[in-house]
Amino acid sequence: MTTNSTVLIREKRIPAGRYSLTDLMRSEWTKLLSVRSTMWTLGLTVFVGLGVSAIASYETRTHWLSQPQSHVGFDPTSLSLAGVYVAQLIIGVLGVMVMSGEYGTGTIRATFSASPRRPLVLVAKGIVFGVVTLVVAMVTSFLSFFLGQGLLSSPAVHATLSTPGALREIVGTGLFLGLIGLFALGLATVIRHTAGAISTFVGILLVLPNVLRPLPNSIYEDVSKFLPSRIGANILSIGPGQQGNGFSPWVGLLIMAIYTAVLLIISAVVMVRRDA
Amino acid sequence: MIEAKGLTKHYGDKLAVDQLSFNVRPGVVTGFLGPNGSGKSTTMRMIMGLDGASAGDVTINGRHYRDLAWPLHEVGALLEAKAIHPGRSARKHLLMLAQANRIAPSRVDEVLEVVGLTSVANQRAGKFSLGMGQRLGIAAALLGDPEVLLFDEPINGLDPDGIRWVRTLLKSLALEGRTVFVSSHLMSEMALTAEEVVIIGKGRLILQVSVDELLAQGSRQSVRVSSPDLAGLRRVLDDNGATTSVDDDGSLSVRGKNNMEIGELAAQHSIVLYELTPQTESLEEAFMELTEASIEYHGAASAGPQLEKEIQQ
Repeated sequence: MTTNSTVLIREKRIPAGRYSLTDLMRSEWTKLLSVRSTMWTLGLTVFVGLGVSAIASYETRTHWLSQPQSHVGFDPTSLSLAGVYVAQLIIGVLGVMVMSGEYGTGTIRATFSASPRRPLVLVAKGIVFGVVTLVVAMVTSFLSFFLGQGLLSSPAVHATLSTPGALREIVGTGLFLGLIGLFALGLATVIRHTAGAISTFVGILLVLPNVLRPLPNSIYEDVSKFLPSRIGANILSIGPGQQGNGFSPWVGLLIMAIYTAVLLIISAVVMVRRDA
Repeated sequence: MIEAKGLTKHYGDKLAVDQLSFNVRPGVVTGFLGPNGSGKSTTMRMIMGLDGASAGDVTINGRHYRDLAWPLHEVGALLEAKAIHPGRSARKHLLMLAQANRIAPSRVDEVLEVVGLTSVANQRAGKFSLGMGQRLGIAAALLGDPEVLLFDEPINGLDPDGIRWVRTLLKSLALEGRTVFVSSHLMSEMALTAEEVVIIGKGRLILQVSVDELLAQGSRQSVRVSSPDLAGLRRVLDDNGATTSVDDDGSLSVRGKNNMEIGELAAQHSIVLYELTPQTESLEEAFMELTEASIEYHGAASAGPQLEKEIQQ
């Protein structure tokens, strides 16, 4: 290893103004794309989303004629988006790692040295990660739909974008996944440890519904409709004109957005209060 | 210029930094000395605004870190080696920092060159040795070409060549008129690098002094004497203005008289001497004594001045 003992000649050029959200977003973009796990995770989201869609759709078509009982209320769009149940977990893990990775490795101190206005870091990270996740989620959602419908084909019922409710389900799924990613980011900011944050995330998504299950049915229905997992399921399962037990897809997305916003505000507060 | 005034940090009941006040001026390397766990790193994190102070205040060129318009252009810090995502390359780590403060991306390659990491710049930092991690941390500190630089134990994990390089680097940064604040638990290292030292123990300031002054105090002489009539000898020496203390092995440690004077005094009083050995106390020993004392005097209101007086004796 060679080293220079001389220091560079100084020609100070401090820019005008102050470091801005744009600067931090550029930094967050570099951070996000410079670790392999991001690309792996995003790739896995698309792959699993499409894979589950393909298997479900192909299986359904294969057994279509032998299982006429399943034709009642069959929603081909929902079937082709089944991959969302797995994709939401992967996106959640990525959302956690994007933040806990900074705390776990000590990078957060470098980050806060460059930007002592900590909430601005959270906003920059949220925007960059949120947009990337949203784009990947939308692409996965649309591709899953087209792949699934292509595989369903005749004799099974299949949908097109103009089928009532189809576009809403596809876009709703994309938005839901995007929000789930930000929700996980918020959890990780509060919890700061990868394992703890992932456990909490999975707990809220998968374990909580089962924990609540022993409640009397009337209470369970009232409570469980507020669960993210239920909101997600409703985005997929309520066909046009149908009246489900939970919130309608758009109301559900709004509630999910409120959860995420509240969690991110709490994140910003604890981020400022705690020592880095 | 870094100014700390009454800087205090509690972690629950534990007092990590206790009313610490000091100044770090530009143009010289200022060492920040104290045993492990004495609060050096905590103090540095408070300077950087990473840890909030429980009481007191610290400013950089008159401003709080959080109010700096372009922090990395103004302050550079190596706080801990390998505080970097193991999956990210050295180049990307520096790039993301540069982008956050609108530092030209070309500067990334310049600092990589300065610290000698150009050839491994695209490797994942997880593979780096501690020494390479230190170099990367130093590169990050230099990135914004800042006026004020903080280094927390920069020579940890470096090979002898690297250590020599860091010494030269620190001195040349100070020569360029920058404020350079370097922590270490090794007095001998600071004696080689720093012009001024801020010495702390248990979170309290012991003293801030120039290294020359400390060297003058630190290398004071003592004489090791043993005799069958230790009590008699001690009385004679004490009467003649020397300071004596009994060592663990039963020999006498004498200050204020050299070996010739002690020998003559012993002869005048017909005291038999078995041993008469001049001892030079090293800077490291002086430092140990200082910091041990800080533990001993911990809680005493006048620990600082009291010790200072003791050193000047």
